[in-house]
Amino acid sequence: MRARTTLAVGSLLLLTVTGCGAADMTKQASPFANARGSKTVTLSVQSWVGAQSNVAVAQYILEHKLGYRVDTVQVDEVPAWDALSQGRVDAILEDWGHPDQEKRYVEDKKTIARGGGLGVTGHIGWYVPTYLAKQHPDITDWRNLNKYASLFRTAESGGKGQLMDGSPSYVTNDKALVNNLKLNYQVVFAGSEAAQITQMKQFAKQHKPFLTYWYAPQWLFKKVPMTEVKLPPYKDGCDADAAKVACAYPHTPLQKYLNAGFAASGGKAAAFLKKFSWTTEDQNEVSLMIADQKLSPQDAAKKWADSHPDVWRKWLS
Amino acid sequence: MATLTVPASRTNIPRLLKSRTAAKLLLLALVTAVLLPLLHGGSWPHDLTVSLDKPLTGASNWVIDNRDSHPLFLYFFGYISNAVVLSVRAVYLTLLAAGWTGVTAFGALLAWRVAGPRLAAGTAIAFLACGALGMWVPTMQTLALMVVAVLASVVVGALLGLAAGLSDRLDRALRPVLDTMQVLPAFAYLLPVVLVFGIGVPAAVLATVVYAAPPMARLTALGLRGADPEVLEAVESLGATRRQRLLTARIPLARGELLLGLNQTIMMALSMAVIASVIGAGGLGDRVYQALASVDVGQALAAGIPIVLLAIVLDRVTGAAGDGTSRPKTIGRAYALAVTVAVALAARLLGRLDWPSGWTLNIAEPVNRAVDWMTNHLYSGVPVIGGTADWAGHFTTWILDPVRGGLQWLPWWSVLLIVAALAWTIGTWRTALTAVLAMAAIGVLGVWDPALDTLSQVLAAVAVTLVLGFATGIAAARSDRVERALRPVLDVFQTMPQFVYLIPVVALFGVGRAPAVAAAVVYALPAVVRITAQGLRQVDPAALESARSLGATGRQQLWQVQLPLAKRSLLLAVNQGVVLVLAVVIIGGLVGGGALGYNVAFGLAQGDLATGLVAGGAIVCLGLMLDRVTQPTERRATKGA
Repeated sequence: MRARTTLAVGSLLLLTVTGCGAADMTKQASPFANARGSKTVTLSVQSWVGAQSNVAVAQYILEHKLGYRVDTVQVDEVPAWDALSQGRVDAILEDWGHPDQEKRYVEDKKTIARGGGLGVTGHIGWYVPTYLAKQHPDITDWRNLNKYASLFRTAESGGKGQLMDGSPSYVTNDKALVNNLKLNYQVVFAGSEAAQITQMKQFAKQHKPFLTYWYAPQWLFKKVPMTEVKLPPYKDGCDADAAKVACAYPHTPLQKYLNAGFAASGGKAAAFLKKFSWTTEDQNEVSLMIADQKLSPQDAAKKWADSHPDVWRKWLS
Repeated sequence: MATLTVPASRTNIPRLLKSRTAAKLLLLALVTAVLLPLLHGGSWPHDLTVSLDKPLTGASNWVIDNRDSHPLFLYFFGYISNAVVLSVRAVYLTLLAAGWTGVTAFGALLAWRVAGPRLAAGTAIAFLACGALGMWVPTMQTLALMVVAVLASVVVGALLGLAAGLSDRLDRALRPVLDTMQVLPAFAYLLPVVLVFGIGVPAAVLATVVYAAPPMARLTALGLRGADPEVLEAVESLGATRRQRLLTARIPLARGELLLGLNQTIMMALSMAVIASVIGAGGLGDRVYQALASVDVGQALAAGIPIVLLAIVLDRVTGAAGDGTSRPKTIGRAYALAVTVAVALAARLLGRLDWPSGWTLNIAEPVNRAVDWMTNHLYSGVPVIGGTADWAGHFTTWILDPVRGGLQWLPWWSVLLIVAALAWTIGTWRTALTAVLAMAAIGVLGVWDPALDTLSQVLAAVAVTLVLGFATGIAAARSDRVERALRPVLDVFQTMPQFVYLIPVVALFGVGRAPAVAAAVVYALPAVVRITAQGLRQVDPAALESARSLGATGRQQLWQVQLPLAKRSLLLAVNQGVVLVLAVVIIGGLVGGGALGYNVAFGLAQGDLATGLVAGGAIVCLGLMLDRVTQPTERRATKGA
């Protein structure tokens, strides 16, 4: 029985491949997809928890309401675009803005289609813990940061103050900002979001001062209340030259993207993913369950879906 | 974890060695004195660097634009990628069709056949544990990927090894390449494969093959060359043709090496399959990676344990097959197959192919609670000794910063000179030349300062590893009880995927270079302990006996007899320690280690080849340099795990 299934699947795939002579690897799906003849959707999960929440809820609806099997792959943002254009991933549910990739894949090659907004607006900024902002109210203006640099000194930052950055995959202008605003700070890269969160929690537990690159919406705000430091205001195009940036980060409406082939012929799954859109509060609710209460993403999604049927019903209509 | 065989005998005449060393150093000093007026101090001069930014970015764009149209991709890479996808899929579907009962039964019976009932029971328990941890499907995905990668590595490796074993010229050409590939950190392999194949399983499998094939090739060649000449002569005198000689004498005689090669290949493939989750390998590695992203050590451990279990089972079973000495009663092949099919069919009829969802055990929560407690109570403010965060701070300011500052302060040519002097005194002029050229290449690539930053972390980590490792190794060599207690701990630590270490070290030591160093020490320690203990135990008992009869105390025996006689294995331990430490210090870029590791992570994350590949190349050179500097003159044994 099992030999026959394998043989049949193998020879079928072999035929489709050898039949046309050329093997276009940009059209090859994951070997783990569509096992046992079920319809599979592959979603890309980015490493931050908000993205995990989107995927968990989408996965729950796809599996339990629409009868799909869902595979998830964790890929960084830029490689995920590449994988999406090749059809190894069917959808990215939360994109923070990648103009270069958008031009290349959506406009020039037309291998990726826009999937509409996620309903959540993202914002990147510099943050200090609220307990620190209460102690020194003027610390939330960038002009006063140099005055407090000694507060943020660590072993890694040498004689300067430490500005903690996270994963190398995130959009950041911090090195240029520190330079152009003439701040006496050293950017220290935590290297991954997990490392950054761990360190921030550790600082917060001891009520130590810290200054960090961070972004909203993010579940950690519920655990460690933080206040944004005002940078020079953002104006359109002020971040065009990466080396000369001296302004704050913009507010970005987060976007969804689908593989062009999947968007056209993905049936109910594609239609659902295009309609998928929720609020920051909803996303945070799920994120908090995953990251703080340590629920598995599946359980968190089920819990949320059970209590918000009015939200997800709209996605299926 | 192959057993490392270390020759303990030494025949050098110390005085001759000393005068030779002195002559070498004198020559180097002379060369420097002549060149000195031409050289400037400080960091690597900018004029001597070559920027690869433009060509690499161009290449990357070309690949992306032509991947779906150029014949090279359509008719060559496309087929390779296709073959990988098809075979992984076939294996995966077979495993799923066999169901958890079928796979467990098959694994256990296979282990029984090659290694006896005890390991069979161990195998069954390991598989059931994977299911009980709720990791059955990811385990099968990793297994499918592993089966394909290992088969491909064995075929490629055996062919290369066969060629090198039969032809002297090929052997000379291949050996340095294989030697080099074996010291490279796994992280450095990922980018080039991703460039061509994109994120996904094909890239992961190919990176694994490139990483895991060299030990097979080396050991095949070694086995073929090491065949007893008398036996070969006897076979020849019987009138056997060249081909018959190969098939009936040389290959069977090399069986031990071939199986050791298989063992090494499997272990390396497994460790790579986990790291390859960064480029979309899926399976267990992906679960570890995802769990770490939400700082969920418990969940990461739940995915890490199956990896360790798989590793231990595969290691023991292939190791037992390689021993071949005691073969207890085994079962017939037909019988084993029949049982497997029967069990699989029974499960299928009962509709129990998937692991029953009620049978899973949630270990994540208690583990997380334990980790929380540790970080709450150890992080800081512990009376007298201070918390772990304070240690990390002191370690960074008192050790890492001065070492890095010192290295970067040294004029560039003096760094090259030190490398040359070290490599030449321990090795030959050839190893010295390779080391110096590798170091110079780093400068030419334009990453001199970050490379020295990485080097400072490696040096600090190696120093700590050696102090701890030698101490533990000596304790293990002197007491059987200590060794027995240590063995399972070492096994587990050595097979644990490097990723799993990263989060606990951040929780304990904060973000920065200190946690990277800590993770590296934990990872490299087992190998150092093992080689040290083994080397000390192999010291000629007659020498010890005579020392004892001369009235030497235990301490004198250790310092004046055992340690000097085991010098060669101690050097080997240093060499292994350096190579393993480098691999983890690079991954430490993910927890704030910065330097080259961060550049590679950045390149992978941003699809920025120019940064990533240059850093990868520099890591290769650094690994090469460190290996050559610590390499004793004779050939080393193969790398463990």
